[in-house]
Parts: sequence; C-alpha cells; structure tokens
Amino acid sequence: MGIFLLRRLFGAVLVMFAVATLVFFMLRIVPGDPIAAMLADAGGPDEIAAMKRKMGLDQPVIVQYFKWFANMAQGDLGSSIYGSRQPVTQILLEALPRTLSLALIGFVIAIAIGVPAGIISAMKRNTPTDTAVSLFAFLGLSMPDFWLAILLIIVFAANLQWLPAIGYVPMSEGLWAWFSHLILPSIAVGTAFSAIIARMIRSSLLEVLRADYMRTAASKGLPVRALMLNHAFPNAMIPVITVIGIAFALLISGAVVVENVFAIKGLGRVLIGGILNRDYPVVQGAVLVVSAFFVFSNLLVDILYGVIDPRIRLS
Amino acid sequence: MVQNANVLEDPVVHRTRENRLLATLAKDRKAQFGLIVLCLFVIGAIFAPWIAPNDPNEMTMDMMNKMSIAHPLGTDDLGRDLLSRILHGTRISLFIGVSTVLIALLIGVTLGIAAGYYGGRLDFFIMRYIDLQWAFPNFIIAVYLVAVFGTGLFNIIAAISLAFIDDFARVARAMTLGIREEQYIDAARTLGFSDKRIMLGHILPNAMPPIIVQATVSVSYAILGEASLSFLGLGVDADTPTWGLILADGRGFITQAWWLGVFPGLAIMLVVLSINFIGDWLRDALDVRQAV
Repeated sequence: MGIFLLRRLFGAVLVMFAVATLVFFMLRIVPGDPIAAMLADAGGPDEIAAMKRKMGLDQPVIVQYFKWFANMAQGDLGSSIYGSRQPVTQILLEALPRTLSLALIGFVIAIAIGVPAGIISAMKRNTPTDTAVSLFAFLGLSMPDFWLAILLIIVFAANLQWLPAIGYVPMSEGLWAWFSHLILPSIAVGTAFSAIIARMIRSSLLEVLRADYMRTAASKGLPVRALMLNHAFPNAMIPVITVIGIAFALLISGAVVVENVFAIKGLGRVLIGGILNRDYPVVQGAVLVVSAFFVFSNLLVDILYGVIDPRIRLS
Repeated sequence: MVQNANVLEDPVVHRTRENRLLATLAKDRKAQFGLIVLCLFVIGAIFAPWIAPNDPNEMTMDMMNKMSIAHPLGTDDLGRDLLSRILHGTRISLFIGVSTVLIALLIGVTLGIAAGYYGGRLDFFIMRYIDLQWAFPNFIIAVYLVAVFGTGLFNIIAAISLAFIDDFARVARAMTLGIREEQYIDAARTLGFSDKRIMLGHILPNAMPPIIVQATVSVSYAILGEASLSFLGLGVDADTPTWGLILADGRGFITQAWWLGVFPGLAIMLVVLSINFIGDWLRDALDVRQAV
C-alpha cells in the first residue's frame, strides 16, 4: 500500500508540474501576445516599460519561467495588475473558502439526492418510479447550471422571497446567514452531479444484482438486508467512485459559472473577472488552483479505489 | 418499408446495424421525442431569417412586452423580439456544437488509433499528452484557451474542440488496443495491406460505435459549454444573439420579465435533452458498454 500511495502521489505532483509549465508557456508563446495586450492597457510607453521591469517581462522567457516557478514554490503567484495590486495568493485565499463551501454543499446535496434515487430506481426497475427517476436524471443532465440558477432566483428569491438572491456571507457572521446564501447556488451546482450519480448507481447496482455471487448468497438464504448491505453495495460502489472523481470536475466547472450568477466572489468569479480585465497573473493563479483541485481529487479517487479494491494496488 | 416491418415482427432478423437502429428506435419513445425536437430546431436554425417575426437585433419601442401575437415569446429591455433572437441563436449553438465535435473527433480519433496501433514511443507521447489534458476539466480548458486566444467565433470553436480531443483519443485508443489483437487484423497484415489501409479500413469501422456515442454526448456538452462561455461574456461577440448571451442580457430584468430568464434556457435544455435521448438510444442500439 505504501509503494502504491507513493507512486500515485509522485504521478500527481508530476502532472501538476506539467500543468503549471503549460499554463505559463501558453500565455507567452501564443500569437497575438496576450501579455502585450495586457500591458497596452497599463498606459503610455513609460508605464509599460516600468510594468515590464516590475513583472520581469524584460528578461528571457526561460529566466522568467524559473523565477516564476521559484516564486510559486514559495507561495508567491505575483500580483494583480489592477487597483491596489493585491497579491494573487491573497486574492485566491479569500476566494477559496467560498468556492469550497459551494462545492461541498453542492456535493452533499448531490449525494443526498443521487444515491437514494439511484438505489430506488434499481430496486424498482421498470416501474413508473424508475421511469420518473430516469426522466429527472435526464432533465438534470440537460439543464444548463446557470439557467437553473436563474430559475431558482426567480422562484425562491424574487417571488417567494424565502432565500437571498445573491452574495456570500462568511461563516463567522452566523451559520444560517452563511448557509442560506449557499443553498440556491449549491442546488444549481449539484443537480447535474446528482443526475450522474443516480444513473451510475442504478446501472452499477443492476449489474451487481445479476452477478453469480448474488445468486449464491441468496440461495444460502441470506436476508435481503444483508444481501444488499454486505454484497451488493460494496461491489456496486467501485465504478461509482470513479464517476464521483470525474464529476468533481463538473462541480468545479459548475461553480465557476454559478458563482457569476450569484455574485459570489469565489475562484470562478475571480477567474472570469481576471479574463475580462486581462489580469493574467490572476487568471494563471486561478487556473492553477482549479486544476490542482482536480488533480488531487483524482488522486484521492485513485487511492480510495485502491482501498476498496485491493487488486488495483498491484497493477 | 416491408423490410422494416419484418424486423419489428421478428427481433432475431435484425442483424445489420441499420436494422437494429430502426428496431430499437421503434420502441424508444425518448429517442423519438429527441429526433423530432432536434429536427424542429435544425429546421428553425436553417430557416431562421424567414421564420423569425423580426430582425433579432432590431430595437423597438415595445420594451419588455409580455407574450403576444406580435411577439410570441415577448420582448427584452431594448424591445427586441425574443423568439427571433432565440431562433437566430439556434444557428450558432448547433453550428458550434457540431463543428467542434467534428474537429475534436478527427484529431482525437487519429491520435488514438495511431497511438494504439503503433504503440511504443508514439503511444507514450500521445498518452502523456492525453493525461496532461485529463488534468484539466474540459470547461476550464475552454475558458483558459479563450483567455489566451481571445473571444470570437473562430476562437470559441478552437477552444471547445481542443478541450474534447482527449476524450476521443482515449476511446479510440482503447478500442484499437482490443481490435489490434483480432485475427482479421493478422489476416490483413499477412495479405500485405499497408498500415494506413488497416487503420482506415479495418480498425476505424470496428471502433466506430463507442466513438459515435462519445460524439453524440460531446455535442450536448459542446452546446452547454458554448452557452456557458457566452453567458460569462466570453462568447462569440456582443452583437451575435446566442442563447447564453440572451440569458446574460436578460438576467438583470428577470424580476420584471420572467420570460427573459426562462425561454432561452428552455431552448438550451430542449436541444441538450434531445441529444442526450438520442445518445442513450445509440448506446443501446450500438451495444456500447461505457460509463457516463
């Protein structure tokens, strides 16, 4: 298990290194030179030259690359080119709890809806219940998250006035204030995810229920409860865990868009705002953090996979 | 017609792929719904300039009107006809959905088959590339590419297609690895067929079913992706009505004019839902076993 862990960890670090390199060079070798466009916004030739010196852009690209990397290793991602030139790390650290809260509650909502829905529709296969679940899953998958967000605002914030429409309140200002601002965005983010989980659990459970060992266990006279809990679920969960890892990307991509609807200044809003302002240090930082999340959640899935299914550790 | 009728009566007869497709379609209500709705949208897209009641960008004094005979879906804050804008938006959505997937399919499948067939160093490099792209969520790739290249129709298409390449390469490579070991490939080699002929004539056709399913699913993701990008202001341009942009424009007025927040999204959902229904049918009919 130790070697397995180490190998996967090393792989993830390697991928992150490559990702960072790619993110750095793409901005600099692309035709049309986004950096030049960014500098043009800074003002006259003197300001541009000063800015270039300050950001180290007057040096060869390879030198810039190593400096950038060395700084990054110390947690310094440069600073925003706008306003008070806030350090990117600080901006991202402020944004992170918002996106994490959103993703986490979205995740919980998705699991709370998706897992029971999948199990019920597998056990009541080909009944109206199953059809209804499957139809809802299709709708959830097909609905753009930002549209769902708008619908939720129209219904629950504008008309019923049950929940706030926009903004974010930190947890320190009250648990309910924090939570109530996150309910609608989390539903918008988690719905597609819950549909994927429900479909996956249904098909994976159906497959397991057909397996020979299930027939053997049933013919031994095991009660249905033990049959499901000890034999069916653990085996049905294996493919589900992979999908959860993949769907985490969906959750983050969803958060990027949904934060913009609800005016939550998380990673997504920082990223999009950075792009619209051509604030490339911010954009680079946000993309790096988002992909780091993705890489390490995949790593976590890999490890979990190894825990559940010992065969995988050896391959 | 007679032939199809036979197929429906006797399920054992449908041996060919086409027959199987039709036989399963006859039983699949969701797929029928999907095909009909999608056809309607395609017709709407093609004939948009003739069907649409107004010019999509024409501003009138009828601002934020409710639905009426003159404006079946109402008007927006600038008095533009919502139905006309949505109809024109269909063109962009479907065009981007299909063109990006075709590009990604062409590049991805070529890479995947080459990697799987030749193996060795080529496979190693292509796989490392795929792994690297795998490290980013597709939508984030598209967002970053738009950040780097800028907005506009061509850049959006490039960004979305690039984001999907790894998916196709992965599927094509996995299929190729399996097919490579089949006896008919050995036979083709023994007959002295060129690598190109084996890859195009023998591996590609047999690898097609999962690629077709992947392509269908990808079209729906591409349409969602384009809508998200233009909703965020990273889309084609501010003067071309796209579904995402119409929603973004209407967002500030949803409390006074709910239709601005509802209908453009409904159009996106109907198209994506139809494509997902069709994808599900193809998955069954082509017997593709694959996770979501």
